[in-house]
Amino acid sequence: MIGFQVVVLWSDILIWLLVAAGAGVGVLIAKSPPLLAAWRRVGANRVGMASATVLLAFVLIGLLDSLHYRVQMDGKPGQKVTYAIEVLSVLDALAAPLRLRNEKTYSEPFATRLYAKETIDLPGGGTVRDYPRLKHGGKHLGEHENEMLADAGFTALRAAIVGFLAWLAVVGMATAAVNRESAAVDVTGWQKIWRGETAFAWNAVLITLGLILLFVVPLFWLAGSYHVFGTDKVGQDVLYQILKSVRTGLIIGLVTTLVMLPMAVLLGIVAGYFRGWVDDVIQYLYTVLNSIPGVLLIAAAVLMMQVVIDTHPQWFSTAAERADLRLLALCFILGITSWTGLCRLLRGETLKLRELEYIQAAQAFGVSNWRIIIRHILPNLMHIVIIALVMDFSGLVLAEAVLSYVGIGVDPSMTSFGTMINNARMELGREPVVWWSLAAAFSAMFILVLAANLFADAVRDAFDPRAV
Amino acid sequence: MLKVENLRLGFTAGKQTLAAVDGVSFAISAGETFALLGESGCGKSVTAQGIMRLLPAAGRVLNGSVSLDGDELLSLSEADMRAYRGGRMAMIFQEPATSLNPVLTVGRQIGEVLERHRSLAGAAATERMVELLRLVGIADPERRLTEYPFQLSGGMKQRVMIAIALAGEPELLIADEPTTALDVTVQAQILDLLSKLQAERGMGMLLITHDLGVVARMAHRIGVMYAGELVEVASRDAFFSRPRHPYTQALFAALPEVSRRGQKLTTIPGQVPVLSAMPSGCRFADRCRQVMAQCREVSPPWREIDAGHVVRCHWRGEADEAVVSGHVVTDLNIEPGRPFLDVADLKVHFPIRRGLLQRTVGHVRAVDGVSLAISAGRTLALVGESGCGKTTVGKALLQLIKPTAGSVRVGGSQLVGMKAKRLRAARRHMQMIFQDPFASLNPRMRVGEIIAEGMTALTRDADSAAQAAAVSALLKQVGLPDEAAGRYPHEFSGGQRQRIAIARALAVQPELLICDEPTSALDVSVQAQILNLLKKLQEELGVAYLFITHNFAVVEYLAYDVAVMYLGRIVERGRAEELLRSPQHPYTQALLSAVPAPRLEARTAVIRLPGETPSPANPPSGCHFHPRCPQAMDVCRQRYPETSEISATHTVNCHLKG
Repeated sequence: MIGFQVVVLWSDILIWLLVAAGAGVGVLIAKSPPLLAAWRRVGANRVGMASATVLLAFVLIGLLDSLHYRVQMDGKPGQKVTYAIEVLSVLDALAAPLRLRNEKTYSEPFATRLYAKETIDLPGGGTVRDYPRLKHGGKHLGEHENEMLADAGFTALRAAIVGFLAWLAVVGMATAAVNRESAAVDVTGWQKIWRGETAFAWNAVLITLGLILLFVVPLFWLAGSYHVFGTDKVGQDVLYQILKSVRTGLIIGLVTTLVMLPMAVLLGIVAGYFRGWVDDVIQYLYTVLNSIPGVLLIAAAVLMMQVVIDTHPQWFSTAAERADLRLLALCFILGITSWTGLCRLLRGETLKLRELEYIQAAQAFGVSNWRIIIRHILPNLMHIVIIALVMDFSGLVLAEAVLSYVGIGVDPSMTSFGTMINNARMELGREPVVWWSLAAAFSAMFILVLAANLFADAVRDAFDPRAV
Repeated sequence: MLKVENLRLGFTAGKQTLAAVDGVSFAISAGETFALLGESGCGKSVTAQGIMRLLPAAGRVLNGSVSLDGDELLSLSEADMRAYRGGRMAMIFQEPATSLNPVLTVGRQIGEVLERHRSLAGAAATERMVELLRLVGIADPERRLTEYPFQLSGGMKQRVMIAIALAGEPELLIADEPTTALDVTVQAQILDLLSKLQAERGMGMLLITHDLGVVARMAHRIGVMYAGELVEVASRDAFFSRPRHPYTQALFAALPEVSRRGQKLTTIPGQVPVLSAMPSGCRFADRCRQVMAQCREVSPPWREIDAGHVVRCHWRGEADEAVVSGHVVTDLNIEPGRPFLDVADLKVHFPIRRGLLQRTVGHVRAVDGVSLAISAGRTLALVGESGCGKTTVGKALLQLIKPTAGSVRVGGSQLVGMKAKRLRAARRHMQMIFQDPFASLNPRMRVGEIIAEGMTALTRDADSAAQAAAVSALLKQVGLPDEAAGRYPHEFSGGQRQRIAIARALAVQPELLICDEPTSALDVSVQAQILNLLKKLQEELGVAYLFITHNFAVVEYLAYDVAVMYLGRIVERGRAEELLRSPQHPYTQALLSAVPAPRLEARTAVIRLPGETPSPANPPSGCHFHPRCPQAMDVCRQRYPETSEISATHTVNCHLKG
């Protein structure tokens, strides 16, 4: 039994706080009938629920990647216990084969040999220039390299069957749940789900889940013996990089929104409600911020922050901590520069709301301004806030990719979609082209952002008061 | 000319189609005005849209036929239909502000029709446009052609809209509530214009309205619609002298009038049934006073009473011998005592700011020296056209808008300039009921919370049990069930929402309620309920009302004292009976004569006012009314008239009486 030390990074704290807050909000929603009704409408939206299922899969990966620890070093009994310098996460442990089986350099997906010729020493002396065998990819095939397709296909089929069985089990559970809810005798739960007669869009969720299982189970099964997405320049498995990028993307999306939101909401409402000089000051502030090119502002801030971090190495005990702090700082900088859009929107809406008669009725009762803001204005702005929240999320994931591409994004030691795409820049200029890194990062990011956008659409439709 | 037969129109909702108009048949001959009358949600506008084939996306024509001079319209292709729309039949909409495109000049918008239907362009078109604008009574038409809609007033916009409708020289004009959004004096102008044009050109006209007064002035024949069906069709004479359907009779009985002062108005209980739950028998059965067992089972067939007077009712009785019950308190048994609210020389000026530094370049004198007084338990009506500043007066009294000058004394304490903390305590004496019951309740709060809000804000005791008891007592007082407290405003109809708003205002036991047009957004039958409720509350609680309105019928019915406002100033003021019987100010006289009366008898000569209310940013010199006054003299242009007393309670600001 190897001992380990739990490491809590700042971003981990934030992520788990967010999870707790999400649960808390869920409880509050369950207690408030109109909110519950609105979320039920989200639940009835097929596209929305399908994208939510995909999002949930991404969130699960991100959460697994947010439980960090350091492994205890082997030492003689009696010595002071020391821990490895490397900070690992639960995801790293689960994906240990992916993480540890590094090749020398580039290899194509499902390849058994490297992508570049090398001089190989023959056992009997002498050398030959050839594509060397991979250390790990397809090792079990031994001499029968040409049987790769058959082997991979067969393995995939087996895995797909297992995935299908797992899906059937989930369907069974869902059917049982639907059956218990409704006492109808003539139609079974399965029929109701299939015809889409359930209040919750079970059919969309189950179909998406089926597709995910049919794709993911074979993928990971094959990942045990092949590099399914190939390897990068230093021989790291691309699939592993993708998995690690998910957390970075989610943190950027969520934490930035969290920084931006209170500022946008507070300043927007205050400007719109109080008008006068308060409004002038806030308007000048965001007009000034908006008139500076965003990337320039972010670049300046990131570079200054980098200098501070580099001159204080004693603050961090591990490289992971430093990278983590840099990530959070990036989130803050992004948040501080991106609140203006939502703020402007909320100011306009508040200007409209404050002239409404129920606000004036409250003023006629002498209700204090802050109470009017909290009880009357904020709830009537919530639909905009929720929509902006989800919309901004996808925008920020993309922003991170752009910033990392420019070189002012996350720490180079941290994997993110942006750094992956940045690295792929050189690979695309190479002959023959290394396409898999970019393609894999692109597809993963595309799926994440598309799911977030579709989900945002569903949320917007459900919360739009005009649609009810 | 136009023949509508058994027209059924429906809306698709999910998988089913709900019929909004169910088997409507009528015909309009050339030169005739047929009025479709009914409360909101009866399918009047949908019928008009169906005739023009302009139904919204979810609308469907289920069956029936619409023919214009024998040409079946419903089977035409969309391309052929375009020759009819705007060409042979044209439509005028309710809201002149939104029916003109704000980024196109007036000329472009009229020219569009001329080009499509009359193939006119260039100089010929311009000439025709000028002619059209002159026809609808717009002065200086050459200049107006190059102007944009925002440069025109509401009445002018509606005239332009009529000019556009006439450009295609239609045989049939469909007017969907053409004057509902306009003031009475402007309404009189537009109605005159429409009937003059109709007589000249021999057009058929389908007039859609809910206003019995407009019907009395304009219509030749009248069809009453209820819940998607026509229930009575009659000529104007028969309709106003012998209405036969209980619904028609109830509509008449619900009208507030001077003759009904001190009486309870007849109301129609309940609401128009929703489309998805239409009764199989007579649709009016649930609200009808004459309901019989037969009504609930068999939908009544058409029955002819006289030539051209048909009704869809099982009941064969004549008139409704309504049980008239009086209000306990009338204006006779309340004598004006010491004024509870005393307003002296109240002024509200809004600065006009221009330029980079937002310097004040002028003032909008929304309220310019208003003085009034209300004693406990009495009702003062503040009457005036839109833009005269009456709503601003109401808000300035409550200190929702800071008055520029003047004094507002409530029960002896001066509100203007009061410290915020003491003002909060003083607010409990005065509350406001707003015009639009849909905008005055927060959609995200429960009714119980809405009503309790004032109590929590103004009284310090936070005893939730006592508060819940108070809320349920208030709900009972305004005639709503107890369980309403747990529901949200959107679950209630307009009238019920207005009741909630009244309960909210009453929660802090105010002595004065400022009612800002509380019934103008409601149907006649619901208006009657609300007016009865206000009367009842006044009897029970002795509240005083400041009733801000433009509706003279309501004033006649409800008010003890009346003040008439024009351009930020009160021009005439007195006891209701004095002022209404012998108005002294030319403006009051014109206003009163412009109100269309829902009666047959020959109208008294209507005093036509030219033009519209000028902008309060730049009021005319001297008497504000002189540019529109038919009796203006030289002195009127030079100085504002002093207040002169007609009697102890009746004053007027006019040089004629000075």
